[in-house]
Amino acid sequence: MLLVGIISLAVTFIFGVGAWGVNQPVGWGFDIVNFVFWVGIGHAGTLISAILFLLRQRWRTGIARFAEAMTIFAVMCAGLFPLIHTGRPWLDGYLMPYPNQHSLWVNFTSPLLWDVFAVSTYFTVSLIFWYVGLIPDFATLRDRATSKIKKIIYSIFSLGWRHSNRHWQHYEMAYLILAGFATPLVLSVHTIVSFDFAVSVIPGWHTTIFPPYFVAGAVFSGFAMVQNMLILIRKIFNLKHIITLDHLEKMNKVMLTTGLMVGYAYAMEFFIAWYSGNATEQFVFLNRALGPYAWAYWIMVSCNVLIPQFFWFKKLRRSIVVMFIIGVLVNVGMWFERFVIVVTSLSRDYLPSSWGHYIPSIFDIGIFIGSFGLFFTLLLLFIKTVPVVSLSEVKAVIDGAQPTHGGRH
Amino acid sequence: MNNKTLYSVSGLFNTPNEIIHASEETVNAGYKKFDVHSPYPLHGMNQAMNLKPSKLGFITLIFGLSGAAFALAFMWWVNVIEYPLVIGGKPLFQLPAFIPVTFEVTVLSAAIFTVVGMLFVMFKFPNNSHPLHDTDYMKKVSADKYGLTIQSIDLQFDENKVTSFLKSLGASEVFSIHYDGEELRTDNKIFNPKFILFLIVTAAVVSGATYFTLNKLLFMSPFNWMVEQDRVNPQSKNEFFADGFGMREPVEGAISRGFTPYKFKGQPENAARYLINSLPMTEINLKIGKEKFEIFCSPCHGNFGKGDSRLKGQFPNPPTLHSEKVRTWSDGAIFHVITDGQNVMPSHAQQISIEERWAVVNYIRVLQSAVNAKESDLK
Repeated sequence: MLLVGIISLAVTFIFGVGAWGVNQPVGWGFDIVNFVFWVGIGHAGTLISAILFLLRQRWRTGIARFAEAMTIFAVMCAGLFPLIHTGRPWLDGYLMPYPNQHSLWVNFTSPLLWDVFAVSTYFTVSLIFWYVGLIPDFATLRDRATSKIKKIIYSIFSLGWRHSNRHWQHYEMAYLILAGFATPLVLSVHTIVSFDFAVSVIPGWHTTIFPPYFVAGAVFSGFAMVQNMLILIRKIFNLKHIITLDHLEKMNKVMLTTGLMVGYAYAMEFFIAWYSGNATEQFVFLNRALGPYAWAYWIMVSCNVLIPQFFWFKKLRRSIVVMFIIGVLVNVGMWFERFVIVVTSLSRDYLPSSWGHYIPSIFDIGIFIGSFGLFFTLLLLFIKTVPVVSLSEVKAVIDGAQPTHGGRH
Repeated sequence: MNNKTLYSVSGLFNTPNEIIHASEETVNAGYKKFDVHSPYPLHGMNQAMNLKPSKLGFITLIFGLSGAAFALAFMWWVNVIEYPLVIGGKPLFQLPAFIPVTFEVTVLSAAIFTVVGMLFVMFKFPNNSHPLHDTDYMKKVSADKYGLTIQSIDLQFDENKVTSFLKSLGASEVFSIHYDGEELRTDNKIFNPKFILFLIVTAAVVSGATYFTLNKLLFMSPFNWMVEQDRVNPQSKNEFFADGFGMREPVEGAISRGFTPYKFKGQPENAARYLINSLPMTEINLKIGKEKFEIFCSPCHGNFGKGDSRLKGQFPNPPTLHSEKVRTWSDGAIFHVITDGQNVMPSHAQQISIEERWAVVNYIRVLQSAVNAKESDLK
């Protein structure tokens, strides 16, 4: 899969973005759809690790590490797309405001630049958060390493962690601070991504509902992805006692909730289109549901709104097979949501004379497949080398792990 | 063991309650230089060890605020001072549009400096040569035991007393941890040749990469197929045409843009009689005339029009422009020669525009009067 992506990318770099299906009027195609999709996938990780940490949800410990890793890899996949969609990725250095010979500076008022900052900050902070969580585990691995080379590598990564309580004290504070930062960050990132659309004047994009709608959608698809991956992991590594059915059920509940939010947003978009009395806006939404891309729209509605309703039933919520299928479908639906938003609004905007139709080229699809390849490759490397489950956190929440005296806990 | 120094006496405990109790007793017994090691943070341990709350939050606050201030000031400087660019008729300093970047920079700098401050400044990491490393004690506390270490530098320290003290608290195992004085070198590692070599290599790699990025990568031309396409370049050979020239003559009767037909073609007498030089003898016109003369005329006529060709006989030398004949010519006659050519001299109508031809004529007049000055020129 990675190879397919690399080949498609090579074709893109040699022949330019003309190899893609994008053209006037649909200048944003698979590249931006995939970008938003992957950033969204990443959000569940931070949500689980940061927000649930702040809310003292102790069940998060079993799945947080994996979800954080997924965040980082998903953001890496996401970061790929804005970089390559410029068509000349070797010039992307100009996105950073640095003092260059042209004495040219970036436009700080552009949502696209906000995106550069948001995504890079999100990636960096997620990475730091993840690494800080890993340090004590690396130290444990160092002390249990069987070969010399492993010991050296883990020694380097553990930085000489000694499990000292004088360190734990600051460590816990740092972890709390990072979680506190990651929480608004995760909400801001997809908000800023949605600004890319909402700040423009394209009908169907220019709405204030976008930030919360995008964040809910991101959490929705992210949880679906984490749930899918975890089902595979617990099956392969036999971690059923650590990643329990309860974990998965809780994630399914989150998916049900966010699925309803997304469904509400779909309905609200139609309502506002009608309520605003704006003919163009009304047309755009009718066009979404009944126009040339109606198939995509109805895939989105059925996968995102109708199918998760099965999670109302406890039996289905706790059935591995059912939840896996629903998780996959949710991600399909969420991908189509971004497709619908990006493509339908662009293909038919104000002027009927400038309407067009977007068909992705084989290279678009190749790069999309390649991004999955990158994601799975990184994920497998992670599983092979790093503790998938946070050792120190899980140790801290098993029964009898904390002192019982004094009624302090 | 003789050349090794005692670092500490450390005891292992089996349950969280025991270790909490043990550390409370250690504090009560007056030991100051001690530490507790546990595989995960224990609730209530900070109180048991009598530790003050972490001050890490202040680092975060300071660096977060300075990150925010820096971001705002930087954007203000860029958008208002250095590169003012009006976008959509909005003011140069647009606070609402600066909020997202300010927020991101705040979070980024606060997060980075919190972690860097904690790991590298407060903990003095990386530090893989601590005496506790590679001991059975460390291996057990990193798995599932809880350890208490009393260091030998504590004022009340006495090996036997501490050992029995820890045993009395219920320690399942007690270790005396020694370290090799040689191992813990305190000299400055910055002057280690290996480290200096490492620094030099790093510096070379970083500067090379930066140079490449800033000077090569960012200046790579995007897609230059327009330049490198299959086409006949000027002056190149082309087998397609019978004469083998890549450059073609225009079709007969074609008129280039801005071309004014010359009505005295082949009629030097008429040209001399009817053409009038309307270009004044100004400094600018003479400069233009000099420039064109030196480009087009001087190779054969010489820099001063004396007929001293610079072509060294590869081409027949023309007569001097300072002859009686040329001096008495009207401006129109000289103009006609430039335009239409004469003898071996080809037409220059393609290369020199009409205005410039008159400027050349003026310049030739100046050259002539410089060589053969008349009475009237001396005024």
